Amino acid sequence: MLKPAPFISALLIFSGLSFLIAFSVGSYQLSVSQIWDSIFYPTDNIVRTIIWDLRAPRAYIAFVTGGLLSLAGLIMQVLLRNPLADPYILGVSSGASVAALSAMALGFSGAWISSSAFFGAFISILLVFGLSHRQGSWNPSRLLLTGVVIAAGWGAMINFILSISPDKPLRGMLFWLMGDINNITPDPVSFVVLIIGTIITLSIARHLNILSRGDLQATALGVSVKPLRISLFILASCLTAFAVIQAGSVGFIGLIVPHMLRLLIGSDHRILIPTSVLLGGSLLLISDTIARTIIAPQQLPVGVITAFIGVPFFLYLLNKNFDRNALK
Amino acid sequence: MSLLSTHNLDISISGKLVCQSLDTNFNSGEIWGVLGCNGVGKTTLLHTLCNLRDRYSGDIFIKEKNIIQMKRKEIAQTIGIQLQHTEDPFPTTVLETVITGRHPYISNWQWEDENDLKKATDSLNTVDLSNLSDRFISQLSGGERQRVSLATLITQDPEIFILDEPNSHLDLSHQINLLNHFTNYSKQNNRLLIMSLHDINLASRFCTHLLMLTGEGHFISGQLNDILNVDNLTETFKHPIIEVKNKDNKLFIPL
Repeated sequence: MLKPAPFISALLIFSGLSFLIAFSVGSYQLSVSQIWDSIFYPTDNIVRTIIWDLRAPRAYIAFVTGGLLSLAGLIMQVLLRNPLADPYILGVSSGASVAALSAMALGFSGAWISSSAFFGAFISILLVFGLSHRQGSWNPSRLLLTGVVIAAGWGAMINFILSISPDKPLRGMLFWLMGDINNITPDPVSFVVLIIGTIITLSIARHLNILSRGDLQATALGVSVKPLRISLFILASCLTAFAVIQAGSVGFIGLIVPHMLRLLIGSDHRILIPTSVLLGGSLLLISDTIARTIIAPQQLPVGVITAFIGVPFFLYLLNKNFDRNALK
Repeated sequence: MSLLSTHNLDISISGKLVCQSLDTNFNSGEIWGVLGCNGVGKTTLLHTLCNLRDRYSGDIFIKEKNIIQMKRKEIAQTIGIQLQHTEDPFPTTVLETVITGRHPYISNWQWEDENDLKKATDSLNTVDLSNLSDRFISQLSGGERQRVSLATLITQDPEIFILDEPNSHLDLSHQINLLNHFTNYSKQNNRLLIMSLHDINLASRFCTHLLMLTGEGHFISGQLNDILNVDNLTETFKHPIIEVKNKDNKLFIPL
């Protein structure tokens, strides 16, 4: 069996590097020693402002959002026992989008948008939960169908709002829908949510290994399936909601990071959980660094970059027939 | 004290009776065969016995303790089942799958230790799969997957083994060898083995007791020698069956 420690350490270093890159790259390039100085010998100068007022908050949001999304994706895939599941598949982000876009159309901005997004996500979670739970049985396909159909309903509302909105807020709305980390003040709550979510998931990681083999098999091996499924649903939805209120619907991270890791290190969730958080965080951070620099001074929505990097890399891994034994 | 007993057990599925007032004591050291036609409810009965299904009336006791008062984990330490179907949506290796049998014995933050790993590799040896332990489940044949399920149950090592058609997909030699293993192991270690089978002659060769589900809630149960005869079998399988004597063995052949 894979020894997790070296792989997790490698990812920790990779995460550190991604922060370093995010701190140094931009219209004003900073060297490693400048970054070092500003962290350990803080002096009041322009470097400090660039790092601590501009790049660090944004890097923080990108990393936390990436971690939230890949953890949520990992949980959804087990919950729905479906490799195609991503954090948005049950309509959490679409519900958030409808509320956020409505707020934008009404001329609100800033914290109003995030709070309405959170409200929308919450409504959507309740709706899916209530409708799929009604008959008492909680099988994955029923949950999946309910979620997908509700997401489609929200999708129609999103299109409706986009069609009737005036031109002025339209660009902001589209960026929000594509996933964008811009002009947001970082809040510590999402980091706490990520840490708590990671710890909770880790504590039931072996249950997840068994749940993916089917509800009956899991029950036969001593897992109380129904409470577990309900907790996973709520947990994954909350993680997604916190990601969405920070950065809109950033696509792809939540689908692809867990799968990349499954191809690389197998299906043991005790290792998949911490590595998903780290890899998801660093990938989104790197993507965001690219998004704000590649056609500077113009900025791209980060969702565009995640797909541009993610698609070829994932296809490469998928077709390489990766030999996991090489990592042992 | 019976290891497993049912009191006045009524089970029905989709409005059809599987068994009515089933009062049976299953004791350690016994090998029970469950016989019956397709759809008569063998799987439903086996699932009910290990509390995978809660729609029944009557009581099920494990060592005099009502199963509904037991925790899932406690049940899983006492009773284990090899299911007809499991799912494998994600790439998992044979060894990773088989070691899940240790789940009921390990607490939340704990990892499998050397002892658990040894139990898993030993059971892979028993089912003849040790050379495939790093293979993905998706790369296995149907019979090999069946042996993975059986190995998971051997790794779980409960006091009560429940096998739901253990022979499906297995070749002749593995059918005999694995049934030999399960029956010998159960007898030597005073375990209880309950399995559903379609092959009457294997049942008569390996079982000490039979439970024949004859449909509409009726059943015939008891010691093998008392109830294994042409009349009962014909009633169970709704098909004429004859008995052929071969030296000391009785063989049953469908007409």
